[in-house]
Amino acid sequence: MSNETASEGVMVTINGMEISVQPGDLVIDAAERAGAHIPRFCYHPRMSSVGVCRQCLVDIDTGRGPGLQPSCMVPVSEGMVVDTESEGVKRVQEGILELLLINHPLDCPVCDKGGECPLQDQTLTFGPVESRFIEEKRHYEKPIAISDLVYLDRERCVLCDRCTRFAREVAGDPLIHFMQRGNQTQVLTFPDDPFNSYFSGNTVQICPVGALTAKPYRFRARPWDLSEVESTCTTCSVGCRINVQSSRGELLRYQGVDIDSVNHGWLCDKGRFGFEAVNSDERLGTPFVRSDSNPDELVGTDWNTALEAAASALKAASGSSVGVIGGARLSNENAYAWSKFARTVLSTDNVDAQLGDGLCAEMVMSLPRATIDDAATADHVLLLAPDLKEELPVLYLRLRGASQGSTKLIELAPAPTGLTRYTSAAHGYRPGEMGQALDELLGGATGDAMRSGRTVVVIGRPSLADSPGEVEAAVGVAQRLLPEATFLPALRRGNVLGALDMGLAPGVLPGRIANDGSSQAWIDTHWGSIPTERGMDTIAMLEAAASGRLHTLLLIGADPLADVPDRDLVERAFAGVAKIVAVDTFATASVKRADVVLPTTAFAESGGTTTNLEGRISTLGRMVTGPGTVRDDWTIAAELAWRLDADLGLESLPGIWAEIEAVAPSHARCSPSMLSADSEGVLVPLPVVAVPEPDEIADDDADTSEADTSEAEVDEEQAEGAAAVVEAPSVPASVSWSAPALVDPPAVDGYALRLVARRRLYDAAVHTSQASSLAALADDSTLRVHPAELGSLGVESGSRINVTTARATIVLQVTADESVPRGVASMGFNQPGISAAELIDHREPVTEIRIETR
Amino acid sequence: MAAQSDETQMSFFTTENRRLADVIVARYPKRRSATIPLLHLAQEQHGWICDDAMIEIADLVDATPAEVKGTGTFYEMFKFHPVGKYVVNICGTMSCKLMGADELMNHAEQKLGVAVGETTEDGLFTLEHAECQAACTEAPTLQVNYRHEYRVTTDDFDRLVDDLTAGRRDGDIPAHGTLARIRQEIPANRAVGAVPPEEVDGPPAWLPQEGA
Repeated sequence: MSNETASEGVMVTINGMEISVQPGDLVIDAAERAGAHIPRFCYHPRMSSVGVCRQCLVDIDTGRGPGLQPSCMVPVSEGMVVDTESEGVKRVQEGILELLLINHPLDCPVCDKGGECPLQDQTLTFGPVESRFIEEKRHYEKPIAISDLVYLDRERCVLCDRCTRFAREVAGDPLIHFMQRGNQTQVLTFPDDPFNSYFSGNTVQICPVGALTAKPYRFRARPWDLSEVESTCTTCSVGCRINVQSSRGELLRYQGVDIDSVNHGWLCDKGRFGFEAVNSDERLGTPFVRSDSNPDELVGTDWNTALEAAASALKAASGSSVGVIGGARLSNENAYAWSKFARTVLSTDNVDAQLGDGLCAEMVMSLPRATIDDAATADHVLLLAPDLKEELPVLYLRLRGASQGSTKLIELAPAPTGLTRYTSAAHGYRPGEMGQALDELLGGATGDAMRSGRTVVVIGRPSLADSPGEVEAAVGVAQRLLPEATFLPALRRGNVLGALDMGLAPGVLPGRIANDGSSQAWIDTHWGSIPTERGMDTIAMLEAAASGRLHTLLLIGADPLADVPDRDLVERAFAGVAKIVAVDTFATASVKRADVVLPTTAFAESGGTTTNLEGRISTLGRMVTGPGTVRDDWTIAAELAWRLDADLGLESLPGIWAEIEAVAPSHARCSPSMLSADSEGVLVPLPVVAVPEPDEIADDDADTSEADTSEAEVDEEQAEGAAAVVEAPSVPASVSWSAPALVDPPAVDGYALRLVARRRLYDAAVHTSQASSLAALADDSTLRVHPAELGSLGVESGSRINVTTARATIVLQVTADESVPRGVASMGFNQPGISAAELIDHREPVTEIRIETR
Repeated sequence: MAAQSDETQMSFFTTENRRLADVIVARYPKRRSATIPLLHLAQEQHGWICDDAMIEIADLVDATPAEVKGTGTFYEMFKFHPVGKYVVNICGTMSCKLMGADELMNHAEQKLGVAVGETTEDGLFTLEHAECQAACTEAPTLQVNYRHEYRVTTDDFDRLVDDLTAGRRDGDIPAHGTLARIRQEIPANRAVGAVPPEEVDGPPAWLPQEGA
């Protein structure tokens, strides 16, 4: 691309054309840029070169005459002459393909890969016309399941080492390997040790033949029948770029798109196969209202009736007696619509996209934000986070990859995580003592090392059984002792950071500005008058509801019963409110308790944009139509506003985005043309224009309008100079946050264990339970305790026990696990059949549990 | 502490072999370099390499069982199914073939009552075909547990089988898997030990050193 401009390029001649390429580039890549595609099977730009398939042999002359060399193994050198089309190269390409096809079954008509198969395509382009092989081909049992999700047909395999290399190098799960090397070389798992990697689906995507197929897609479509649109996965907040593919109006497959900044083409299996949940028969397709005759029953109804019921429930509540919970799974546009609806129509600041399981919104917005690339290239990454492998799998891949290079991972966690084995130092702490442990860690040599280089701190909730205040105090310690560090928020739900940016948090307005009066002039010109009194967050709303101070709860894609780490509080809140209105895609436990249920569109059924944990905004693609009469959230908000005698003034998704650009200072100048320019998305806030190097972004902007650019420049001057007021209303300053002081840790109860409750990738939530291929993978429903701890309690591993807190006693199976520190018990937060939320009291700094045999 | 409870959980290696395994692992800068020596150790203990052995080796060398099996199955001399106490390989390459290897194999099948590739019911003998054993001047040749027998006649073969069955050759032919009767343990002052290559600064540690 821009190699010509590089000053230290290497001059090479490719097929007679002299070009400048980057030193270190492989011949196969340099040739690609020169327009000469070299056929290949084993080479993959995101993995190390192995040169095993021999398909990419080309004539390379470095002064000793041309000779055949694998172009994926040879870096360019000055004066190199490459010929990819010589007679010799053509003979070799034919010969290798003939060899590979000797044992290949040529069952293309029944093979899922047919139509998008590199072996098929390259045979047609480069291969021999006929095979001379008339003998019996090699036979294997076909196909065999190497995991619950992936099938292997060894007859089709060309032994390119892509899947095995991916498992070893990228995923770190080398559970598949070449076995019986020699005449019988084949890819296999160890007996009874399946390829249970969270990333197994990637091997299917990179397989250059039809040897690996994914159970959810097998025999469902032919590639030429698929329609596709590029989108961004919203399963978690990493924001992997994907191609959404459908046929006959049904989602059939997601494929990873390779973007440098985020996912490198990889996806986790939960994201990749999550389309099954969108297709689920359990999706809500029609509105429901609670039956008059039988209050235990929700009855299907029409939109008019349901919207009228919802509007009257909201009308009956005044600004302080209504609460809006959720929105972290919506697009930015939908989140903006609800944020505006809450402030301007419901006149309330009681909005929160997080469910008491996140971080303080002001903290997240005001900390200097790191990107994933920043983390993956930092000298040190300090992990104050949940288990990233379970919650943000592709971030785990990126950090794992970084740890193989020069980045040192330092972890502080109450129990080991998926990344622990890749850390250069992993420190434990007793739940409740995170701040103290971090203070001690950073005060010493580790802190000195981190201060001397570039450090990124990944912050999140290491355990949902502890209060969020513990994390906030710890972040304060990190800020104080690592003043140069940047922060990457490890919040989990797909668009939680976008929702916060859109003002779905109490005291925060769209664009990371505070709703404290300082921004009144600004917001008044856009929204009109709104309440400036700080509202309640989710926990406070639930407490208010429990004590009868809230009339109506509006749940927008939220399931507090499953997700709030205090089930008892939610139960009391639901009992305490008069009305619950739920806008959702599934009848979750909370939705079943609602008085009005409004069905909404799911992923790939609506467009718009989403924001990942870096603040990167990227587009969502619309591919299919939702079931029944589902509507987009923003149209529901607009309809409800109309029925409440107001006008949201929102008419289309592009219209909403234009309004966001104008209203949200952090999103200013982020134009639709920038968003659709490439797959990488746009990081907001945009950098100031006055940077020394020529800025592509500024160029892009110039073609929209002159006025825009000059206004934008003014904005930036203000942002930089902070106080200068050029025109009214001035852009409000961003939210601020000051860390709470460290509090003394709670006293240790020698008879109790401290609970560590963390989410697993496959849990009881709808994204897993409604995806038929994934549901069975959510299996870890045990309490894990160190064997010595069990020994002293006289409890046997595998037995069922009573686990008691002040909140509840629940029955669990206990498993001895040496990796769990003494004094701690670890469990999944929301696994099938168990819920840590039942045990947790959100007012307690830590959750002490007692274990008794039954 | 972790290692202790590992030991109690693990089951394949005997206590003595587990100690040896730790010694072997300690010889290498990278644990997984010990994979093949440990596969030999497993085969020596058990006669062949079972899944439990590979699972335990994987744990010892910090690899997955799939990686251990993938590495081990490359090698013809590692057996991943039960074999007899004595594995008899009869060479069938040119010199031996010209000097009567086919007749010898035929006779061996008759004598042992099994086809090539099979194991006798008493679990004593596995009969295998082999390619060149690098002793063409001594054709026809065979190996018993990789110990050579030269210029083997059918009578020699019968005597060999009778001697092995009666235990008269125990002195020079140990059970399958045994590489050597004397296990050489490297004295600490001559062991390279687990030193990463980039950290090596003096002469090679295995060279005789002053005062050693």
